[in-house]
Amino acid sequence: MKAPLSWIKDYIDLDDLNIEQIAHHLTMVGLEVEGIRLVGLPKPEDERHEFNYEGISWDREKFLVAEVLEVMPHPNADRLVLCRLNDGSQELTILTGAPNLYPYKGKGTLAQPLKVAYAREGAILYDGHQPGQVLTKLKRAVIRGVESFSMICSEKELGISDEHEGVIILDADAPVGKPLVDYMGDAVFDISILPNMVRDASMIGIARELAAVTRRELRLPEGIPLPQGDALSKRVSLEVHKPELNPRFMLGMVENVQAQPSPYWVQRRLNLAGMRPIDALVDATNYTMLETGEPLHAFDYDLLLRRAGGNAPSIITRTAQPGETLTLLDGTTQPLDENMEVVADSAGPLSLAGIMGGVESGISAQTRDVLLEAASWNFINIRQTLSKLKIPSEAGWRFSRGIHPALADQALRLCLQRLLAWGGGRLVEGVLDAYPLPPQDPVVTLKEEEIISHLGAEISLEEAEGILERLGFECLLQEGKLSAKTPPIRLDIGEGLIGKASLMEEIARIYGYERIPSKRLATELPAPVFDKQLDTEEKIRDILVSLGLQDTVAYRQTSPQREACILPDQAVDPGVAYVRIKNPISSDRTVLRRSGLATMLELLEYNSKFRPSLALFEIGPVFLPVEGQLLPNEALRLSVGMAGLREMPTWQTKTPEPRDFYDLKGILEALLRGLHIPEVSYRPAEHPTFHPGKCAQVLSGEQALGVFGELHPMVQEHYEFEALPVLAAELDADQLVALSRVEFEHEPLSPYPPMVEDIAVIVAEETPAAALEAAIHQAGGKLLVDVHLFDIYRGEQLGPGKKSMAYQLTYQAYDRTLTDKDAETIRNRVVRALAREFGAVLRSA
Amino acid sequence: MTDREAQLENERKEALAALNDVRTAEELEAWRIAHLGKSSPVMQAFSDLGKLPPEERPLVGRVANAVKQALESAYAVKSEQLRQAELERTLTSERIDVTLPGRAVQRGRLHPLNQTLREVCQIFRDMGFQIYRSPEVETDDFNFTYLNMPPYHPARDMWDTFYTEKEGVLLRTHTSPGQIHIMRERAPENIRAILPGTTMRYEQLTARSEIEFIQVEVLVVGKGITFADMKGTLNDFAARAFGKDARTRLRPSYFPFTEPSAEMDVECFVCGGQGCSVCKGTGWLEILGCGMVHPTVLEFGGYDPQVFSGFAAGMGIDRSTLMRYRVEDIRYFRNNDIRFLEQF
Ligand SMILES: [Zn+2]
Repeated sequence: MKAPLSWIKDYIDLDDLNIEQIAHHLTMVGLEVEGIRLVGLPKPEDERHEFNYEGISWDREKFLVAEVLEVMPHPNADRLVLCRLNDGSQELTILTGAPNLYPYKGKGTLAQPLKVAYAREGAILYDGHQPGQVLTKLKRAVIRGVESFSMICSEKELGISDEHEGVIILDADAPVGKPLVDYMGDAVFDISILPNMVRDASMIGIARELAAVTRRELRLPEGIPLPQGDALSKRVSLEVHKPELNPRFMLGMVENVQAQPSPYWVQRRLNLAGMRPIDALVDATNYTMLETGEPLHAFDYDLLLRRAGGNAPSIITRTAQPGETLTLLDGTTQPLDENMEVVADSAGPLSLAGIMGGVESGISAQTRDVLLEAASWNFINIRQTLSKLKIPSEAGWRFSRGIHPALADQALRLCLQRLLAWGGGRLVEGVLDAYPLPPQDPVVTLKEEEIISHLGAEISLEEAEGILERLGFECLLQEGKLSAKTPPIRLDIGEGLIGKASLMEEIARIYGYERIPSKRLATELPAPVFDKQLDTEEKIRDILVSLGLQDTVAYRQTSPQREACILPDQAVDPGVAYVRIKNPISSDRTVLRRSGLATMLELLEYNSKFRPSLALFEIGPVFLPVEGQLLPNEALRLSVGMAGLREMPTWQTKTPEPRDFYDLKGILEALLRGLHIPEVSYRPAEHPTFHPGKCAQVLSGEQALGVFGELHPMVQEHYEFEALPVLAAELDADQLVALSRVEFEHEPLSPYPPMVEDIAVIVAEETPAAALEAAIHQAGGKLLVDVHLFDIYRGEQLGPGKKSMAYQLTYQAYDRTLTDKDAETIRNRVVRALAREFGAVLRSA
Repeated sequence: MTDREAQLENERKEALAALNDVRTAEELEAWRIAHLGKSSPVMQAFSDLGKLPPEERPLVGRVANAVKQALESAYAVKSEQLRQAELERTLTSERIDVTLPGRAVQRGRLHPLNQTLREVCQIFRDMGFQIYRSPEVETDDFNFTYLNMPPYHPARDMWDTFYTEKEGVLLRTHTSPGQIHIMRERAPENIRAILPGTTMRYEQLTARSEIEFIQVEVLVVGKGITFADMKGTLNDFAARAFGKDARTRLRPSYFPFTEPSAEMDVECFVCGGQGCSVCKGTGWLEILGCGMVHPTVLEFGGYDPQVFSGFAAGMGIDRSTLMRYRVEDIRYFRNNDIRFLEQF
């Protein structure tokens, strides 16, 4: 909402406040000022500005109201004229090319001089010939042999609008010689209107808030009294079919108007408020809407008469019939359905109620008789229609937020007054007013202790009463109770408890949030809850970060095609259930992800352009729809990805080794140890994403925790990895959380020295290392405290299909120093067990 | 003086003179063998003692001993000198270029959003708040209706919503549905909790707008909770997050699930309130929205609004991280470009 200061000042005295102070007041009552555009007025000289200023200030000495006394032809140029101009202190000749002065050319001294905005040499204004707003300084120049050092300004040059076709012709009563800034200098507040404050999307609404917070008087415009008589009812009839959709509908009429330009001050205000001035008729409805907040609609009565075959038109408000269509003012033809409310006559729909008029019955430059509608519509119905038809509409925006039916009356009287004043014409006697469903304006009662116990501020009932009265509430204070009747300008105050909350907000807002004290919570703390889920998630992050991995945050939204890239054949399985987005933002974000792997591979692909060595992880949910369940399961996944070299090449290590399966496995081992997950084991596994020989499942006992491995070469081809190989893991983070142990016992340290010896055994190539190690532990018993594989050897002397596994064994007791004999016993047990279970041959000891 | 004595004295002179010319460890060892070795004149003098007449023995012995001690201590001094010189040489020759880069260590880092989120959570935990999380895919009822936005309520416009193909199921536009979940779990207990999580809004992906972002919701419910409590709690949070002298202000705002509602601004930490591009010249940064929990929401949550009251607040982790590090493009966060992430 763009609100010119001059307009607000029609309703409230603000001369002792500067622009900054007014903007501060507006912001602190909930009308947030997002920016201030200066249109002539100077920027306030405060030390600190809390608002963003733009625009132009008109120097008092250099911009004046002046009058053109005569328009003379230019001796050498057809498209230029010379103006004899009086700036209040002297007469000068000014050169201009404004087409709107041509009609006065050669007419001699004008009977009625033209009032203009005049800028002297040195004035800083916008360059009219450059696109956009470029400041320039008026300099002396010779144009076509005539010296020019000052000018008559266009709206563009003064920053009022982007109009540069002609110069501004001010209203005839503009005082010649007065500094222009004093005559029409302005500032426009760009106010963001909150959804529950549509009443303040109007100049009067804004003035009312300012009056309430600064304790000033609000001057409401009266408009003309509602015309009495029955002339109108003879020329048009009115029927409301659905009062719940159309609580009120009023008609008034002015005949014999002229669609002439509005007075300049009206045009200027509309421009500043962001609406293009058209002519007196359109301007009157727009001006009144901006002033009161009530959208109005004007019909061309003669067109209605024609549609009715010369009979008195009957206006009916009803819902549309199936199959009806309506061509709107914006040129679009809309199909209507039976939930959409229309204003119709006997020939069919005339306008889409509360949203936009039809092209057939609207006013135009030829209109003589204006039938003016001021109505009120059900805001939910308007919203439904708007969301179905998706047409931008200022009236629709307002009505869809709830406009009080009482506003129709005020707006009709004001608009009729403007039509008469700006378009001439004569008022038709009488109005039609169908008001089948007046709203019940809520009456809410408050006690002082309720205010104190809700706001925590000592606000007396008297003070609350004053605030509410300034906002228009009718208040009654008796027996320690304040009852406040909602003024008939708003629909946002509830009943009962909700009404009390609404009033608290009104009181707090105007009292000032900054005046409410700041207190520490005094209620008892709820019992502490140990949040294992969150703590474990954070622990996983900490461990992986300590292992050198980079944490990431990933999008939930992806597409089945993107996720299918993790499969060798890249085929989207239509049977896979996704959470599908009805209104996706793009074709590659149509569903919520099911795979952490797919996310991780994309992150690795993207980053492999930048680093030859990558190690990333991500914790986040995947979304798994479940048959017969409304909401999907949100399963937490941990994805780990590594690619390329083991470390970044440096001047010391020019060609680091590439990573392999065991780099990733090492990370997972460290993680699971750090989480104290019990009975972890790794098994060869098959998974379409991974190389069949380099893929493992990780388990805790028999509970699968996830799968990891080196990427399948065919999967790898679906991406453009610039760092290879690619290793990835996807683990079930919910299981990690569940199985991680917060409580565990430490291993005591033995005071006796350990004995260390190495053994190497020759076994068949396919013997899994984990099985060997388990057998060694098993056979070694409790005195064998550590088994460490330090070498794997394959060679000719072992024979084909054999490998030698060398272990360092550590023996230790907690109660004595072990002897060589102890060691021998254990070693023999181990060797015998390995021979028995794996056919292992001792290679050396 | 006997010949023997003279010889020993001579040996002392010659040996010390020879020692003077020694330059290296090898020469020193040769000198030691020559002058203190088994077959050196001094040692020879000791072994020859027995051949001397008994009356000469004490004297010669004494002299030999004196010479030996002199040579030994000269040797020790020389040896130390050589060691020092050698060390000096070694140290000089081992000089390295300390300006070369250190050996690279791959350091892991938390994502900047998770860093901010963790800090915010920690601040509220320190203030006695619990952490509560709820689903990202929600029903229309929890996302809107129970939060005082029945169908076609104008306030629904405040959130551009992603709907799923399942009727009545959407991607939550805010963490507020969690308010209803936690209230229904805890009623009629006091609540003092924060609700962090990812939320999604239908926006165009641009430098300024994201489709997914992290929010933290604050919820306090109990008997006699006031607007002043809210102000105090949020001021406490601001002081812990932005420094104890951080100035804040509340200004009226609108959220359907709170009334009265407010927006909290903190004085711009970039310019100190003087106005800059981060605060768009206002000197204030909007950090959170808040308000007293609406009676309708309390009721949907299972609390009697006649007896209980509460406040709620919500803040964007992405936005505050953006401001903190002056990130110009919000998409940086979820692009996860390693060159960006490595800076945190
Ligand atoms: Zn700033």
